[in-house]
Amino acid sequence: MFLPKMIFMFPIMVLMVFPWAASYEIKNLNLSVVDNDHSPYSQQLIQKITSSGYFKLTDISSNYETALKSIESKQADIILEIPSNFEKNLINKQGGKLMISANAVNGMKGGIGMTYLNSIIADYNQGIMEEMQPATSSISTIPTIQLDTQYRFNQHLNYRVFMVPALMVMILTLICGFLPAVSIVFEKELGTMEQINVSPVPKIIFILAKLIPFWIIGFIVITIGFTIAWLVYGLVPAGLFSTLYLFTAIYILTVSGLGLVISNYASTLQQAMFIVFFFMLLFIMLSGLYTPIDSMPEWAKWLAAFNPLKHFMVVLRSVYLKGSNPIQLINEMLALLGFALFFNTWAVLSYRKSS
Amino acid sequence: MNKNVDLQSIAIRCDDVSKNYGKIEALKDIHLEVSKGEIFGIIGPDGAGKTTLFRILTTLILADKGTAAIDGYDVVTDYKEIRKRVGYMPGRFSLYQDLTVEENLNFFATVFNTTIEENYELIKDIYVQIEPFKNRRAGKLSGGMKQKLALSCALIHKPSVLFLDEPTTGVDPVSRKEFWGMLKKLKTQGITILVSTPYMDEASLCDRIALIQNGQFLKIDTPKNIVKQYKNKLWSAKSDNMSKLLSDLRNIEATKNCFAFGDCHHVTVFDAQFTISDFEIILGKLSHKDIQIVEIEPTVEDCFMELSQN
Repeated sequence: MFLPKMIFMFPIMVLMVFPWAASYEIKNLNLSVVDNDHSPYSQQLIQKITSSGYFKLTDISSNYETALKSIESKQADIILEIPSNFEKNLINKQGGKLMISANAVNGMKGGIGMTYLNSIIADYNQGIMEEMQPATSSISTIPTIQLDTQYRFNQHLNYRVFMVPALMVMILTLICGFLPAVSIVFEKELGTMEQINVSPVPKIIFILAKLIPFWIIGFIVITIGFTIAWLVYGLVPAGLFSTLYLFTAIYILTVSGLGLVISNYASTLQQAMFIVFFFMLLFIMLSGLYTPIDSMPEWAKWLAAFNPLKHFMVVLRSVYLKGSNPIQLINEMLALLGFALFFNTWAVLSYRKSS
Repeated sequence: MNKNVDLQSIAIRCDDVSKNYGKIEALKDIHLEVSKGEIFGIIGPDGAGKTTLFRILTTLILADKGTAAIDGYDVVTDYKEIRKRVGYMPGRFSLYQDLTVEENLNFFATVFNTTIEENYELIKDIYVQIEPFKNRRAGKLSGGMKQKLALSCALIHKPSVLFLDEPTTGVDPVSRKEFWGMLKKLKTQGITILVSTPYMDEASLCDRIALIQNGQFLKIDTPKNIVKQYKNKLWSAKSDNMSKLLSDLRNIEATKNCFAFGDCHHVTVFDAQFTISDFEIILGKLSHKDIQIVEIEPTVEDCFMELSQN
């Protein structure tokens, strides 16, 4: 039996592998340096950058044009050009200028690389300033603002902590929403649905018989997810398990309602699969898994507000990381309950129409 | 005939039933009465409307017009009662392919609130033939065995009316013969059987038949009466060049119609004056050799061909 194995293997696979692979942290950016100065200062700067661990010095070019070539041939991701007289200008207190150009074919990589490089250079700048104005007294002549960064709820900005709850939501959506839809449409296509329809079995029993196994599997799978999160990633929810299960139940009801709607409109597996893929992509893109919803344009924020996956993801992250309780999550609860009501009513109405 | 007696002895009744799919008229004003315990055949080519009629009678779809009743229960208002008492075997094998033979039977017994044991007598003759394979998945059965399993599943709740939609399509001749034997046995149990088939040779095995084409019944009668009503002389013709023979025969003025029937052509003529030897002479002139023309008894198929021409 392939599918039953698959139903259990899939979440385990996803939770064991993806969080390690999918991370926003970018390491090993290939750096090409154009050093027109060849001074101790420029050497120092390059050394500081390479020792950060984020950059790999792959190539030193004599001019910007050749450096650009190495970007074109994908040997470098980012170019740092140090002008001639860099050291001289610094010492003469005229200030130095540096140019950074990043390959933005992968926008995220380029942007993040740029930010890293910026902060390293700022740090270097600070060092130089201290070096040139040795603290004669304990009070520095230039007041500076010291930043103390603290990441709340996820101290080490561990992406796995962030990813695991999100992945659990995706798995649950597939198993409780889309699998039943596909399985009902499969019965339609096979003709077994017709056999059941000519029997005294009422429609509601047929549909419940299709859904309940997936509901149970959903609960088992999410429990497996919680266990993996604890065993593999050491993730224990800061909130209560009862809160997690309560929201899981509401969410399962929501997505299975959506699944039923899909199964009512699709008459072949091909159609069903296509609709499922469409919704899955839409849900994931607008869930805040890859790009934060707050940085989306206004219309996309509106769309995301109608994404049940997003709401459940917020719930799981809040309960896991912040320890929120149902009262603090009342907005999400109302939203999910609303969707559950909406999709299931739609499912019942569209079913009547089609038969 | 007394109307009350009439009602009680009628298993299936259709009045004025019509059904359209968009612009296509699948059924046009169908009238049908099938008595209890009858094997009634719906005979017609693919696309004639057989399956649509079955789906209306088994409460799967609603007719656009007209009323239909099974055992006196209306298909629209009493559909729940009908679903308890009919067995339906769709044209396409539609049991759970990933369940075994026994699991399928058990499942359908449960769906109809009964058990295999309760009605085992009814399906025994059929089921013993597939019992050796009862632990095999239904999807892995041969065509003939699938069909026996489907029939067993349709009978498991002892239906009073059995709907068989093209049960023998895609089944080998031996299994087909066996299958009709099984239907005859079921008839003795008092089960009404409505069976559709595109095979004309199966028509003679029914008590009564309805010839259907383009959503309309051409004729309803016993197979014998239908054949009896065939007025024309019917000849079977053969020669060394069969494809040329067909067009040549059709070109002869006296030919009413001519169709290819397996290894020979069936010809009917307008004029009783024409004889077989007249034809042989004409065909001989058209350079046919080994000409054989003999007079034959018409079959249901010949009747269907003639009726469908009008």
